[in-house]
Formats: sequence, structure tokens, C-alpha cells
Amino acid sequence: MRALLLRDLRLAVRAGGGFGLGLAFFLIVVVLVPFGVGPETALLTRIAPGILWLGALLACLLSLDRILALDWEDGSLDLIATAPLPLEAAVSVKALAHWLTTGLPLVAAAPVLGLLLNLPGPGYLWLVLSLAIGTPALSVIGTFGAALTVGLKRGGLLMSLLVLPLYVPTLIFGAEVARRGAEGMDPVTPLLMLGGLTCGTIALLPFASAAVLRVNLR
Amino acid sequence: MELVVEDLAVARGGVPVLEGVSLRLTGGHALVLRGPNGIGKTTLLRTLAGLQPPLSGRVSLDREEMAYAAHADGIKAMLSVEENLRFWAELHGLRDIARALEAFRLGDLAGRLAGSLSAGQKRRLGLARLIVTGRRVWVLDEPTVSLDREAVGWFGAAVRGHLAGGGMAVIATHIDLGIEAEVLELAPFRAVRRAVADDFDEAFL
Amino acid sequence: MASIWEYANPRKFMATTDRVLPWISVAAVLALVVGLVWGFFFTPDDYKQGSTVKIIYLHVPAALMAINAWLMMLVASLIWIVRRHHVSALAARAAAPVGATMTLIALATGAIWGQPMWGTWWAWDPRLTSFLILFLFYLGYMALWAAIENDDTAADLTSVLCLVGSVFALLSRYAVNFWNQGLHQGASLSLDKEENVADVFYYPLLVAIAGFVLLFVTLVLLRTRTEIRARRMRALIARERMA
Repeated sequence: MRALLLRDLRLAVRAGGGFGLGLAFFLIVVVLVPFGVGPETALLTRIAPGILWLGALLACLLSLDRILALDWEDGSLDLIATAPLPLEAAVSVKALAHWLTTGLPLVAAAPVLGLLLNLPGPGYLWLVLSLAIGTPALSVIGTFGAALTVGLKRGGLLMSLLVLPLYVPTLIFGAEVARRGAEGMDPVTPLLMLGGLTCGTIALLPFASAAVLRVNLR
Repeated sequence: MELVVEDLAVARGGVPVLEGVSLRLTGGHALVLRGPNGIGKTTLLRTLAGLQPPLSGRVSLDREEMAYAAHADGIKAMLSVEENLRFWAELHGLRDIARALEAFRLGDLAGRLAGSLSAGQKRRLGLARLIVTGRRVWVLDEPTVSLDREAVGWFGAAVRGHLAGGGMAVIATHIDLGIEAEVLELAPFRAVRRAVADDFDEAFL
Repeated sequence: MASIWEYANPRKFMATTDRVLPWISVAAVLALVVGLVWGFFFTPDDYKQGSTVKIIYLHVPAALMAINAWLMMLVASLIWIVRRHHVSALAARAAAPVGATMTLIALATGAIWGQPMWGTWWAWDPRLTSFLILFLFYLGYMALWAAIENDDTAADLTSVLCLVGSVFALLSRYAVNFWNQGLHQGASLSLDKEENVADVFYYPLLVAIAGFVLLFVTLVLLRTRTEIRARRMRALIARERMA
């Protein structure tokens, strides 16, 4: 498991691995929003938590096809499937690697981008916390989407169509935590919901991902 | 240890291609599969490796005993030769990659990025992976593609070494590897279309 | 004794539906005509909502079938995963566009009803939003079926998607409920009709619902038959290529 994790991390950081692309995308989305809705500070403050969550979600989505598609193309996936590591563990590790290389940088960058959108003071802690708890679910759900579409030549668009509806609960609870936090309300209830959601997906979804991947490999 | 395959039937894309395949292989022996293109060699090998379920029949050994190598080597261009090999070794719970590097004369290339290798060198790296899996049955699909004569010799030696250690190999190939091996001609096992049978799966036909 | 699984045999299924389908379709038309005519022309106007209330005879049955179609797909997917009957997978595939259409009808009639009642075509009411999300799930499910060439692979993948999707659709339903209450304390636009529907409206509504159920069954059976035929055709072509 460690070997697979290290390899995926190493590949992501080396040239052409796409590390940082998600981060750049996140930045651009946040920069574009004021152009769309106007520079009014009060409005930006109000929509900042939602925009930041949406931007993080889209940045996550963009990098999903790298989780499995590259290993599929060069045949590694076949060989990983025949290795002693259970496929369930393999997809979990790959989701973890995706989170470490995409989700975690997004969490770290969110406060800086929050400044751009005039996120109010108390919001930062809850924004970071909600992203830290919510983005693992995005990676795990995304791995499921990637496993579903791995055999398809132009699966990227289809994967978005499949994955985005699955992101709805995470987005709702995550953005709600950040919004309540920013407005000084009590964000504990949605935070617990978000945590439960993340734990549930991490515990159960790898089985579905592995099952789907097995079907696609045969 | 013995690999026994009984009455195996395999399908490609839902269409049966081979049926009634039976074979028996004991430790230290190799089997060469032959047959025209499209007969189902790859499908049979993937079934042996446990990558797809058979339509019917039985394979005596668990997929955990099989090391599979096919057209795609699973090599990462941005990792060095050594890193590639070490990854596969660790994934199979092993550490030693020196023997694999030695067998395919990859020692001098160990530090090079795999992306900068020639096709033949990549193939050698892909085959070296077999050694670091530590598995007893090698399931090989056209292993000598893009290897030059000399490298084919190294490969033959690697297979002989593997067999001498009590291992087995099932190889689909058209060239002579310099290995003593039984030959299984697959043409007689081509699936014949049957009259429409009245059960669930056949009723679509 | 005949087992229910006999109908999982495509040929048995074709023969049976061939006999049953005319009756079901006639019954569907009858129930729909009776229910809708009764509802549209022989019920009094609501004292508050006027004649606009009559769209209920399209809206409620369509909304019911939108959810039930997904449930049917879920059951059919489970049957495919557990027992691997091809007809079951094909029935799930056949039901998806029908369910999606029902969802669309429910959304459209809801908007038409909402305009005079609430003064807006669309509100992010939990129920409306849930249906929109359900529609997205239908879209994804159908797109996945369409994208994969191999029938068995497609059946396997869509079945798992249906399962996972069901869980997430439920989660979304609760999340949306939570989300909206979070926005406006206590939703003011309640869509709960069952409580305040009087008997005069109730009976024609029941007939209309029965009509929609029968219509759904008719369409799904018809489409499943088409899928089976298409599947046979592909099998024949594959066999010809092999020979």
C-alpha cells in the first residue's frame, strides 16, 4: 500500500504529473467570480463561502481522470489488479493520493483566496475545517466516478455528469458549515453531517469502486 | 505444485471464443500456446491471470500464484528504471531487484527515466518485473515483441532460470525461445456455435 | 409450480408480454381518460386556487412515477447483480427514459402551477430541488448506458451506479431539506397536498394515478421488448461475424 501511495505521489509531483493544476484552476475561478457578479464587497462577502467551496469542488473534479486513466492506458491497472493488494485497498490508496495532491493544497490555499473575496474573520477557521473534512469525500466519490468511466475513450465529460450529482450532499453540508461560520452562526450540526458523510463514503464507496473497476478490467 | 486447467471456456466481449481447454503443467515446465490471430490466446491468458472470469471450467491455482505480462508493460515514463522496478517489487512484498536488473542487463540503465528508453529496453524492463513479483506461474502474452535477438536470449535464460527454480510458465508466442516446452495448439478448441439452447443466457441467440 | 424467474427467460418474457400488453395498454388509456376527464371537467374549482388546482391530476401522478421508476430500476439492478437475468437489466435500462420523462413532467407541471400560485416559475423549495437532482441522476444513468458498448459490462456498471446513486439521492434529499431550512427559517411554500385534498378531488386523482402506473408499465414493457429485440439482433450479428 505504501509503495503504491509513494509511487502515485511521486508521479504527481514529477513533470507532467499535473500537480498544482487544480490549485491554479481554483485561483482562476475565484478571480473570475468578481468579474461575473461585480466588485461590490458586501455581495462578495456574502457569497464567498459558497464560491470557495464550489471552486474547490470543480478543481477536484478536473483532476479526477488522472486517478485511474493513466494507469489504465499503460497497462499498470491490470498489473495492480493481479498484485497481492486487494483492489479495494488499491482504489482507497489512489483516492488518498488524489486527496494529498489535490484536496490538501486546496484546503491550504482556501484562506488566501478567502481574502480576495472578503471572507469575514470568523469564517476562515470554519472554511478550512469544512474543506479539510469534506474534500476527502470528494476524492473518494471521484475515484468511484473515475472507476466507472475508466474504459471509455472520451469519458471525461460523462464522468462529470456522473460525479456532480453525487457531490450534492457534500457541497450542501460543506458550504453550509462555511456559510454559518462566516455569518457567526453555529456550524456544528452541518459539520457533524459532513463528517458523517465523509466517513461513510470512505468506508463504503471503495467497495463499489473496486467492483466497478473489476468489471471494467475484464 | 501443479497447474491444472479443466474444461475451460472463455469469452471475449460476451462472445465465446475458446471452450473445452484442458491442460496440466507441473513445476519446472513451460507451455507454449499457439494459434492464429484472434483465436483467443490473450483472453485465455487473462482468464488464467484472474483478470476475467471464465465462462465455465476450473483453474486449479489461485490468481495469487500468477504473474501476468502482456503488450502493455505498465511502465511509468517519469520514474526511473529502478523506481519502476522497486515499486512492483514492494507491491509484491519483495525488496531485491538486483537479480531482475541483472537478468535483463538493465544495470547500466537503472538511473535513467523509463520514458527515455527504447521500445526494446522498455520491454526488458516490463519482463524484469516478472522476476520481482516472486510468483510461481508466469503468464506471458507475446513477451518477445520488440526484443532483438540478443534480448530474446536473455529472456529465454530468465525463463529457464525460473523453471529451474520450480516455477512454471504459460507463454503465447510464435518464435522459438530456446526453451524446452510443450506446445498447445489452440485451434481445436475454437468455440463452435451451438443450436439455440433453451436456457437464460442462450435465449438471446 | 411456475417460478417468477421463468419470466427472466427472454423468450418466455416476449411471449407473455405479447399477450398481456394489449390489455394493459387499453387499461392505461381508459384509466387516464377517465381520471383526467373526471378531474378536469367534473370537479369543482378550489375556492382558493381556482381552476389551476386541476393540474394536480398530471402533477402528482407524474411525480409519484418519477420516484417509483427509480425504485423499479433499483430492484431490477439488484436482481441483475444477484441473479444475472438479462431481462432484468434491460428492464432497468428501459425504465430510465420513462422515469426521466415523468420527472420532467412533474417539474414542468409544477412550474406551470407555481407561476399563478406563488408568482414564480421556480423556487428552490426542497421538494422541487430534489426532483431536479433526481433528474440529473436519470441523465447520468442513461448516459452511462449509452456510452458502453458491451451489454453485460454496461449492465454491471449501471447497476452499481443505480445502487450508489440511490443512496446519494436519499442523502441529497435530506441535505436539501436541511439546506433550505437553513436559508429561510421554515419553508413557506409547502407542497404537501395530501392533507388538504378533499374527497371530490381525491377519487379522480386515484384513477389518474392508476392510469399513470399502467402507462408506465406499458411503456416499460414495450421498451424492454425493444431492448430484447435489439439485443438479439446484436447477438445474431456477433454470431455471423464469428462464423
